[in-house]
This record gives sequence, structure tokens and C-alpha cells, in this order.
Amino acid sequence: MLVRPKPGILDPQGQAVESSLRHLGFDVSDARVGRVVDVELATDDPAEARAQLERMCEQLLANPLIESYSVSLGEPADGT
Amino acid sequence: MSAEPRPLVAVAVFPGSNDDRDAARALDLLGARAERVWHTEEQLPDGTAAVVLPGGFSYGDYLRCGAIARFSPIMAAIRSFAAGGGLVLGICNGFQILTEAGLLPGVLRPNASLRFVCRDVPLVVERGDLPFTSRCVEGRTLTIPVKHGDGCWFAGDELLAELEAERQVVLRYAAGSNPNGAVADVAGVCNADGNVFGLMPHPEHAVDPMLGATDGASILGSLVDAARLSVGAVV
Repeated sequence: MLVRPKPGILDPQGQAVESSLRHLGFDVSDARVGRVVDVELATDDPAEARAQLERMCEQLLANPLIESYSVSLGEPADGT
Repeated sequence: MSAEPRPLVAVAVFPGSNDDRDAARALDLLGARAERVWHTEEQLPDGTAAVVLPGGFSYGDYLRCGAIARFSPIMAAIRSFAAGGGLVLGICNGFQILTEAGLLPGVLRPNASLRFVCRDVPLVVERGDLPFTSRCVEGRTLTIPVKHGDGCWFAGDELLAELEAERQVVLRYAAGSNPNGAVADVAGVCNADGNVFGLMPHPEHAVDPMLGATDGASILGSLVDAARLSVGAVV
């Protein structure tokens, strides 16, 4: 699950990161800092898994006033 | 003061709360009987006339400030208490919890400066007609300390316009004194019914002249007055 600040929302953390990247010589703009949450699910059903992940984002992981989210499925416990 | 009944004010305590004792002491000083209530309780004490959610760092501020505390068992009791018209005050982390719980509008975000701020701030009273502000005078300035890293209140344009129209902005940082980048200088908001109020400044740290400021007593004293009145009304 990827949670990130919505466009237009002030992201002071992103600004600080952008400033540091510029100090290192990278030509970047509009850095935004979000959050990745990985979980392992009991279900093998991709549709069910996706539905569960979306509910997790809606109920806890993202605050809809300021954050958007996306979910993706992968193989469990492979270290990536 | 001693002759008047002391209304019971429940102070919710979450793992990581750290201003619960100060809040309880201030409420006692102002004529209430404060009782600290651990977050795993499923009910408020019998006779609770008001609830305070104190400052601190509940659940280590993990994820977002207040985002996890809102699932504590006591929150269900506080939610139904508020739904019945009960008075609920959230201070700092308590304010964050109430916004995350959907009991107050908006959200508290990291300070625009990314720095923790700890200082006295002047606050303009926008509403003097609430149970939390009856001892305040509208338009007057209170000086109360803030101490937070995540006090930047935010609401989108549409929500903000609605709140301004409904006069739900209760306290504003005085011009030029916004410590955290909050939109519209908002320091405290109430719900539509006016029985739930949250603010970032700490009135419980400003009730004793020995500590340099007493303006916090205007807020907490108002709450105690209202709680005393509500005891007769609520069974």
C-alpha cells in the first residue's frame, strides 16, 4: 500500500528532502514524501486481497483529507 | 467555590499521554473533580459531566498523530457521550485524536517549519458563547503556551469556508503569531453542535500564576462551569 500527500497539500517533509537533494547536486523539484506499508495476507484470492488492502487504507492508513493511496499485490516474504 | 458541587470530569489516558496529570490538576484547581480513565475502559465513570482528552504522544504518534488512539475502547464511550450532547475537550494530542476520530473537522499535520515549537502564543477568541469559552470575551486575546510538532491544522478550501460560515473556528493565533502554518491561523475548532472542542494550545499549563500565565483558566474554568450545569441535566 502506498500512501502519499494529495497534490496541492503542503508537504514540509518533501520540501526538506528536495532541499537536501539539491544540495547534493540533483536537479529535482516538487519532492513528495509518502509511506509504504507492506503486509502479508492470509487470502490467496487477488480480488479479496485487493479489497482488504483498500479497506485498510480507508479505515486507517490514509487520511482522506490529505492523503491518497494505491495498492498493489506481490509475492509474500521474498524480501523485495 | 468550595460550596459549589464539583462536577466529575473524566480525563482519558492513552499509552503515551503525558499531560493527563496536569489536566486533572488544573481541573481540580478550578473546581472540578477530575478522574483519569485508562484507555482500555469501555465506559466512562458514572456521573461523568465532561471529558478531556489530554496532550501527549499517544501510541508514539505512529502513522499519524491520533490515528491509532481513536480505536481505543474508551473512544467508543466518548463518541456516544459526545453524540448525546456531552462536553468533550481535546487538547493538543487530544485534538489530533478527535480529528482522526471524525469528531472534529480538519486534520493536524506536521508544523510547516518541521520544528517542534514550545512557547507562549497570543490567541484571539472568535467564539465566547460556547461551553468552553463562556469565561472568555469574544475578540479578546488569551496567552496560552503551545508545545507541539504536529499542530498545523488543515482543511481544504471548501471545508474551511463551511466552518467559517458556521463559526466553528473558536480560537485563532493572533496575526503574525501562527506557530505552525495552520490554515486561516486556526488554533481551535468545535463541531457543528458546539459540544466538542479541540485546540492545540495547552490551557492546563496556564492556570497557576506561579507558572507565569493564567489565561488557560478561562477555557478550563468555562468547561467546569458548563459541566457543573450539565450535572443537573444529565442523569
